Amino acid sequence: MPTLEKTTDEILALAAVHFKVSRAELKPEDDFYKKLGLNSLQTLDLLTRLEQHFQIELPDYELQGVSDFRTLAERIHARL
Amino acid sequence: MLDLSKYNSLGEALRVALDRWPNEICLIEADRDRENARFTYRQFKEAALPLARALQDAGFKSSTRAAIIMTNQSKWLISAYAIFFCGGVLVPLDYKLTPGEQLQLLAHSHAEFLIVEYHLWRAITQDPAFSSLAARVILVTEAPANADLHGAHRWKHFRGTLEPSFVPRARNDAACIVYSSGTGGNPKGCVLTHENYLEQCIALTSLYPFWPGVRYLSILPTNHAIDFMVGFIGPFTCGATVVHLRTLRPEYIRKAFTRYKITYMSLVPMVLKNLERGLRDRFAALPLSRRKMLNALIAANRALTRRRPHLGISRALLGQVHAAFGGELRALFVGGAFTEPATLQFFYDLGILVGNGYGCTEAGTVITVNDFRPFRADTVGKPLPGIEVKIVNPDSDGVGEVATRSKMVMSHYLDAPEMTSEAIVSGWLMTGDLGRLDSSGHLQLFGRKKNMIVTEEGKNIYPEDIENALEGVAVKEFCIFATNYLWPARTMVGEKLVIVLHSESGNSLDSAAVSEISERNRRLLNYKRLSGYLVWDRDFPRTASLKIKRGELAEMIRQTLTRDAVIPL
Repeated sequence: MPTLEKTTDEILALAAVHFKVSRAELKPEDDFYKKLGLNSLQTLDLLTRLEQHFQIELPDYELQGVSDFRTLAERIHARL
Repeated sequence: MLDLSKYNSLGEALRVALDRWPNEICLIEADRDRENARFTYRQFKEAALPLARALQDAGFKSSTRAAIIMTNQSKWLISAYAIFFCGGVLVPLDYKLTPGEQLQLLAHSHAEFLIVEYHLWRAITQDPAFSSLAARVILVTEAPANADLHGAHRWKHFRGTLEPSFVPRARNDAACIVYSSGTGGNPKGCVLTHENYLEQCIALTSLYPFWPGVRYLSILPTNHAIDFMVGFIGPFTCGATVVHLRTLRPEYIRKAFTRYKITYMSLVPMVLKNLERGLRDRFAALPLSRRKMLNALIAANRALTRRRPHLGISRALLGQVHAAFGGELRALFVGGAFTEPATLQFFYDLGILVGNGYGCTEAGTVITVNDFRPFRADTVGKPLPGIEVKIVNPDSDGVGEVATRSKMVMSHYLDAPEMTSEAIVSGWLMTGDLGRLDSSGHLQLFGRKKNMIVTEEGKNIYPEDIENALEGVAVKEFCIFATNYLWPARTMVGEKLVIVLHSESGNSLDSAAVSEISERNRRLLNYKRLSGYLVWDRDFPRTASLKIKRGELAEMIRQTLTRDAVIPL
């Protein structure tokens, strides 16, 4: 099983590619709504990409109250 | 459909409906590509009545209050019917509120019963205020086998064996307590009666009828007033089918349209805008010749539907576009927030009707809606049958506060007579929105008189509700405002919140305090975030009980500062 750090890193790399920003600009503690200028539908889109990448299913509600990459990584990590 | 003027309560009407169309499908619960459940009206009744009996065995009586906190799914509706069958008062709570906010509203509503999804229940049990929960019977859905339920029952095992007794209610009895705001300490619990709902349903279905075979796609949670009416009461009292989709992801919404041949769907402006974006991208990707052909067909459709819609013509001209929506779509309903006219016109030109509406919980959901006779993208339509709308204190342009009167206006705010008397004046509900009625009776909205914002997602945000999250920051005092309240603007888009900071030392604001506010702001739900702050150098005007006189402070700020003074957070 990958470490939480590795999961976080993969999420940041995927977000960087999907939203066309430099990987170096993204940090685990970043608020993805603010940093990437996303609305709630776009974050669902990100969730879909992450599901495909990690081969898991993440219900929409897993995003509830989550706005930073680190917490998102924890939610995903718990399902790996 | 049932003649709802003959019924006294939602429970009575639903009970008759379940027997009227036993073999029709009333409810499908889909999750992504899967179908979780499918109920005929008979099966729905068979699922709900044992629950009703178990509620009664647990002491549920007429007027008992029961809250539901669930995402968009079939057990919401089954539970709600069981509550109405037992003569109860339903308290639909927003599952997106924080556990602390949910506990606060549960306490305010005095709900004795609570029906909640496991993942939400788990979060509630972890909240510091959990010990204050007074609900005495709690049912949890979808709980894993070994989960610690903290004394709650499993919804699926909570079944009585005997027949439950139907409890009749009068038209003016409370049916629901719906919170329109107030998680910051001033809860606005709108008490809506059975009459409010029955009359709203009569009015809405007179314009947008349901019948057996109609399929309504529900993506909004049922605690949302629009979905409660057009995704539950409306279709169920007409023998139609509700398709619940347990995800908001655009790719699955698109698939649901075609898989279930959807007739109607309600959405918020943000989702509509997303659909528009998807279509525009697909059009742009077409080869030039096909794009030219499409544009010509759209132009032809626009010309042929100028006076009124012709679905048959539109479907024939733009078959592929309509096929992507399942081919049987009659209308999309959009409400909850302002929709840009260009978006509405985009869909109308494709022959896809978007019923643009305006309303509020206090008015029993919808006040006005576009009736397409003819389509008007620049207005929110005409008042529904049975609803009066007037403009109070209009200015020279005819713009003033929108007020409404009908059998659909709520009874009162729960335990808040003062707020009720401010909201309902001589039988007229003052909406706090600014609008104008044009010569053909269409309502146009221009902004707000009240200190609040509405997001694209249809969330009403009241500054007072956010102030709690900022308590204790190192300033002498602070107050949050909607920017369009401070500086009135004739717009319903781009609404923002700002915090006014008065530091101990006057003008100089401690940078640590700003960092702290910025950090707390980051932790707020994205749609509740402040866009910036204002520095203020005088004491806030306060009442004898030390409450901030918000109106007076806003006036002082308006006189001294402009929008340019807002420093982004």
